[in-house]
Amino acid sequence: MLGEGSGTGSGQTLQVGVGPAHPAMHGIIRIVTELDGEFIRKADVEIGYLHRAFEKDCEVGGYNNAIPFTDRLNYVSPLINNFAYASAVEKLLGIEVTERCNFIRTVMAEISRICDHLTCVGASAMELGAFTVFLYMIKAREFLWELVEDVTGARLTISYGRVGGVKADLPDGFAAKVTAAFKETREVLDEVHRLLTGNRIFMDRMVGVGALSREETIAYAITGPLLRAVGVPYDVRRAQPHWAYDRVQFEIPTQKDGDNYARYLVRMAEMEQSMRIAEQGLTLMPGGPVNVDFEGRPIDPAAYVDQGKQGKTEGLLLLPIRLSPNLQGQNRAAWEQVNAHDKRVVLPPKETAYGSIEGLMNHFMLIMEGFGIRPPPGEVYFASEGANGELGFYVISDGSDRPYRVRCRPPCLPPVAALPRMIEGQMIADLVPTFGSVNMIGGELDR
Amino acid sequence: MGGTEILQRLKSRFGPAILDTHERLGDATALVERGSLVEMLRLCRDEPALGFDVLMDLTAVDYLKYPGREDGPRFEVVYHLYSLPHNHRVRLKVRVDEDDAVVPTAVALWPIANWLEREVWDMFGVRFAGHPDLRRLLMYEEFVGHALRKDYPINRRQPLIGPAH
Repeated sequence: MLGEGSGTGSGQTLQVGVGPAHPAMHGIIRIVTELDGEFIRKADVEIGYLHRAFEKDCEVGGYNNAIPFTDRLNYVSPLINNFAYASAVEKLLGIEVTERCNFIRTVMAEISRICDHLTCVGASAMELGAFTVFLYMIKAREFLWELVEDVTGARLTISYGRVGGVKADLPDGFAAKVTAAFKETREVLDEVHRLLTGNRIFMDRMVGVGALSREETIAYAITGPLLRAVGVPYDVRRAQPHWAYDRVQFEIPTQKDGDNYARYLVRMAEMEQSMRIAEQGLTLMPGGPVNVDFEGRPIDPAAYVDQGKQGKTEGLLLLPIRLSPNLQGQNRAAWEQVNAHDKRVVLPPKETAYGSIEGLMNHFMLIMEGFGIRPPPGEVYFASEGANGELGFYVISDGSDRPYRVRCRPPCLPPVAALPRMIEGQMIADLVPTFGSVNMIGGELDR
Repeated sequence: MGGTEILQRLKSRFGPAILDTHERLGDATALVERGSLVEMLRLCRDEPALGFDVLMDLTAVDYLKYPGREDGPRFEVVYHLYSLPHNHRVRLKVRVDEDDAVVPTAVALWPIANWLEREVWDMFGVRFAGHPDLRRLLMYEEFVGHALRKDYPINRRQPLIGPAH
């Protein structure tokens, strides 16, 4: 076989740096390998090229200021990071979000998870030469990104979660769009299965490569698809149910071998389970478009405020306002469905902010520096299931309006730390699928 | 096991080495003495009823600017442990002073501690006694200072690093 005799036998090793900018590396990472012929004798992984001081930046502004920073952690599944951070702060505050918000978070997190797995499997297949698979999966991801754009306004850096709820309610007709998008995604997954799962070349490169034993996987604190690929059915969504995960049914796919092929199978199976969860979430979601009983035609906000200033406030709060299209899903009825009813944490709906002095003051107190969301002093750790494993946020509050410390426990740090163990003794070409199956996301690893 | 039981078990084995415990917000937390730390971590991992086989997170906090704790020990090294068989968690904390910022390493118990401790050294300057290779993880070698300390301003400039020759 190819493997035997590839060592030079001279005992001399060649140091080859798979440098920070490398087309086969997902993101910026440096792997300094010591090669004996084709075999990797030792490897050292250097990270930190995408370190952007996330944790330090979170201390600079208010609690909601950190939401855009969390978008940029695991940037292929940003919704999960948003909601996990928001949930950590809500745990610190001791508030509960509404049921509808929990379901929205679940559905959007699952859509994000599918995007992440599509990117991971697509990119690692491309590196093995399966360019078609990459294109098909990116096509499927486009359909999902259109869904995300419908809800949040952006494809990647969405800043959708808020402490106490989400930015806005789901748009009309969302469930139908999800059905259409999932139909396309299922077709793509079916095609990819037929292209890759029994494919001789794919299996030759992935089976038995990059394996890690069950004990080592646990000792390295690896969670997520890599842990499930060694047979441990640990999933934070099942172990510590949060949002609406205890009200939907889903399976936790596991494999036994712990090699790259097992990880691929786990990710493919998980995508189907995520679609199941999202579909159930949309069916079970409480609330919905609320028809507000109003008198008269909607008026423009400026006219509304003017009327208030002139003192004509009788029945003012009952009048509908024609809000800007940017504020779609944030009219009062929808706002109250998806945000906790806690004045100290959640902004008032626009109608109240424009139309009453209490609303205006509430808005001011939450936005201006020195005021804002003030959790009681304390510390909290909140774990959620990110696409790569347990995504934890450890938030410490000192009673002021800024977090004292925000620690993100990155799910892809343990697998990258264990990467030298996975590739030692294998050939340099095996580094590529192994690294792909680890799904290192630079934003999350380096923060 | 519930959080209270876990803390009870630790207290009955280690008594005075556990300086404080609380279960606020549902997270069982114990503040421990540095000398007994490794033994306690080992017990947490090896005792079947506790079974904390996963070192979920190892991080530190700088309490220099925390209201009420400006005079106390500056750094707190925090260990988040998780048990796969029992599905329970515990948080262990160790406080160290600024001029004696050394904590025994947990590398022998969990190999992931290697990188997590390197990150704490990089960001806070807390050394880990017995660590095989304590160098920076996220920042480059020539970086001056420890970035997540509260007295490191976020907009500090670093000395420029030119080419080697």
